[in-house]
Amino acid sequence: MASRKPVRWHIAVFLAPAVLVYTALMIIPLFGTLAQSLMNKDATGERVFVGLQNFARLFGDAIWSDAFWNALANNTWFFVIHMLVQNPIGIALAAILSTPKLRMAAFYRTAIFIPTILSFVIVGFVWKLILSPIWGIAPGMLDAVGLKFLFAPWLGREETALTTLALVSVWQFVGIPMMLIYAALLSIPDEVIEAAEMDGITGWSQFWKIKLPLILPSIGIISILTFVGNFNAFDLIYVAQGALAGPDFSTDILGTFLYRTFFGFQLQLGDPYMGSAIAGSMFGIILVGVCIYLFGIQTRLRRYQF
Amino acid sequence: MTKTFKLALLTSTLLGGAAAAQDVTLTIESWRNDDLTIWQDTIIPAFEAAHPGIKVVFAPSAPAEYNAVLNSKLQAGSAGDLITCRPFDASLELYNQGHLADLSDLGAMANFSPVAKSAWQTDDGAATFCVPMASVIHGFIYNADAFEQLGLTAPTTNEEFYAVLDAIKADGSYIPMAMGTNDQWEAATMGYNNIGPNFWKGEEGRQALIKGEQKLTDEGWVAPFRELAKWKDYLGDGFEAQTYPDSQNLFTLGRAAIYPAGSWEISGFNAQADFKMGAFPPPVAAAGDTCYISDHTDIAIGMNAKSPNAEAARTFLDWVGSPEFATLYANALPGFFSLNSTAVEMSDPLAQEFVSWREKCQSTIRSTYQILSRGTPNLENETWNASANVIRGAETPEAAAERLQAGLASWYEPQK
Repeated sequence: MASRKPVRWHIAVFLAPAVLVYTALMIIPLFGTLAQSLMNKDATGERVFVGLQNFARLFGDAIWSDAFWNALANNTWFFVIHMLVQNPIGIALAAILSTPKLRMAAFYRTAIFIPTILSFVIVGFVWKLILSPIWGIAPGMLDAVGLKFLFAPWLGREETALTTLALVSVWQFVGIPMMLIYAALLSIPDEVIEAAEMDGITGWSQFWKIKLPLILPSIGIISILTFVGNFNAFDLIYVAQGALAGPDFSTDILGTFLYRTFFGFQLQLGDPYMGSAIAGSMFGIILVGVCIYLFGIQTRLRRYQF
Repeated sequence: MTKTFKLALLTSTLLGGAAAAQDVTLTIESWRNDDLTIWQDTIIPAFEAAHPGIKVVFAPSAPAEYNAVLNSKLQAGSAGDLITCRPFDASLELYNQGHLADLSDLGAMANFSPVAKSAWQTDDGAATFCVPMASVIHGFIYNADAFEQLGLTAPTTNEEFYAVLDAIKADGSYIPMAMGTNDQWEAATMGYNNIGPNFWKGEEGRQALIKGEQKLTDEGWVAPFRELAKWKDYLGDGFEAQTYPDSQNLFTLGRAAIYPAGSWEISGFNAQADFKMGAFPPPVAAAGDTCYISDHTDIAIGMNAKSPNAEAARTFLDWVGSPEFATLYANALPGFFSLNSTAVEMSDPLAQEFVSWREKCQSTIRSTYQILSRGTPNLENETWNASANVIRGAETPEAAAERLQAGLASWYEPQK
C-alpha cells in the first residue's frame, strides 16, 4: 500500500503574497515595457506592432545612436570609478575596522555607513552646495591650506563633471562594500587565523594570502551589485545636473537618457515607445553583465568550507 | 524601494479619490511654484468669495519637470481639472491627444486679440483650447545703485553695452553679469532669445525660418551666438557650475550689476533686493535702429477634457478671462503682462519700464516655440545645449548654428 504524500498547501500559501506582489509590480511591468518597445504609433496615432524598428532607429539613426553610445560610455566610466575607488576603499576600511586593536570601531562604522541611508536628493544638493564656486565651502577650505588654485567649478566642466559625480556617489555608498566585507571578515574562523600565525604568516601577508581569498565571493557579489546599481543609476545625476545632464551631456547616463526620452523634457514630448526601447536595451546590458558574472566568474570562484 | 513607492502611490490615489467627493474642488496644475502664495492669498480667495461652492487648489510642480509630470498624470487620468498651458506645441499636442477641452465658445475668449490667442490655437485657428493669461518680456535688469556709483547709464547700443560691462569689470566691486551655464536654459532663454530678435529682426526672421526662407546658419541667427561667446568674460568665477537660483541670488544680494532677465523675475527681485533696480531692452547695433523685443505669450490656462467638474472649471476659466482677473494677476505678479484687451493699470515701476518697450520696439516671440520644436531632435532643447556650450567656449558660434540647422533639417520639411 503506497502512502500518498499529503499536498503541502502551506508552501503555496506562504509563497503567494510575495509572488503576487512581485508579479504585479515587477514582472508584468517588465514584460509590458519589453512588449511596448516593439510597438509604435502609426500615422493615425494607433498603437501598432513594428518589430525591431525602434531598436533599428536607436542604433541606426545617428541622432539616437550618438546619444545612446555617449550615455553608455559615460555609464561605463561611472561604473569603472566605482569599481576602482569605492570597492577597494570599502575593502580597506573593512580590513582596518576588523583589526581588534582599533578603538571606537563602532563609531567609525556608523559614521561611514550613514551617507548610505541618506536620500539621493539630500546628497545631491549638499554636494552641489559644498562644491558651488559661489557659496560652497570647498573653495574656502582649499584656500585655508593654500591650495585654492586647485579649485575649479568641477560640476560645470565637461572634463570633470562625471568623475566628480561618480566620486560623490562613491562617498555615499562606500559603506555598503565596507559592511559586507566586514561581515565576511568576521566570519573567518579564528582557527584559520591562528593556524596562519603558527606558520608565521602575519600582518599584510596574512591579509593577502589568507583573508582575501576567503572573502573573494563577497567581493564578487559586491561587484555585481555595483554593476546593477550603476547601470540603473539616475537620481544623483538628475538632482545635480537636471534631465539634460549637462554640461553638454557629459554626465548623461542611460537612466537620464531614458527619462528624457520616455517622459519628455521641456518642449520635447515624451515618446514611450523609444523610451521602452532604451529601457529594453538597459535590461539587456544588465542581463548580459550579470550572466557573464554568473557563468564566467562565479562558477570559477573557489569556495572554502570551514 | 520601487515596490513600496508604488504601493504608497496606489494607496494615496485611492484615499485621494475617496476624499474629493463632496464640494466641488478644482485643482490647478502649474509650473509656477514661485507663485504659490500669490494664488493662495490673493487670486483664489477673490474667486471663491464671488463663487461660493467652488473651492480651488493650486498644485504646482517644478518648472523643469512640469511637462513630464503633467503628461504622465494626464495619461494616467490623475491630472487636475485645470491645466496651466505652455505656449504652442506642448499644449497643442495635449489638445490633439484629447486631454485639453475646446474652449472656443467660452464667453471670455472675446476679451483677447487673435495674436494673444494664437499660442493656444490649432494651426488653422479653428479651435482655442486655453484662456491666455500673460506674456513675459525679455531684457536686462540692472542694479541702479551700482550704476550710479560707477557713473554708468543704461546702454542702448551694443557698443555701449560692452563698454558698460568693461567699466564694471575694471572697477572690480561687482560681477558684471549674473548668469551661469549649469542649468542651460537661461543661456537660451535669457541669452539667445533675449538678444536674438535684434539680429534676426523679430517676426520677420522668425516667420522666414518657419517658411524655410532662412536657415539657422544665416548671419542673423549666428550673430546672437557670437555675442553670447563674448559674455563669458563678464560672468562670475565658476559660472560653469552656477545654477539659476545662484544667479538670482548673486544679483539680489548686490554682488552682480546686470542680470539678463525675463520680466517674470520682477516680483521675486522686488522682494529680495534692497537696492534700486532699472531695466533696459536688448541693445541694438547702432543708435536709432528699430529695436525688437521678445514679448513671449507664455502662460494660459485650459481645462482637462476628462475633468468631472467641467461646469465649475468653465466658470473659473470665464473669470480668468475677465478684466478683474487681469488687474489682479498683473499687479500681484508684476512682470506677467496681461494679454487681455482691456488695458491694465500696473503700479510697479520696473514692470512699467518693461511694458513701455512695447510702444517703441517690435514684439516677437521666442524663435523656437512655434512649430520648430515638433520633432526630434527638439530645437528648443538643442538651443539650450548650444547656447550653454557657446558661452562656455566649448563650441564655436558657427559650429553650434551648423548643428542646430542639421538637427532641424533632419525632420522639418521646409528646411530640407
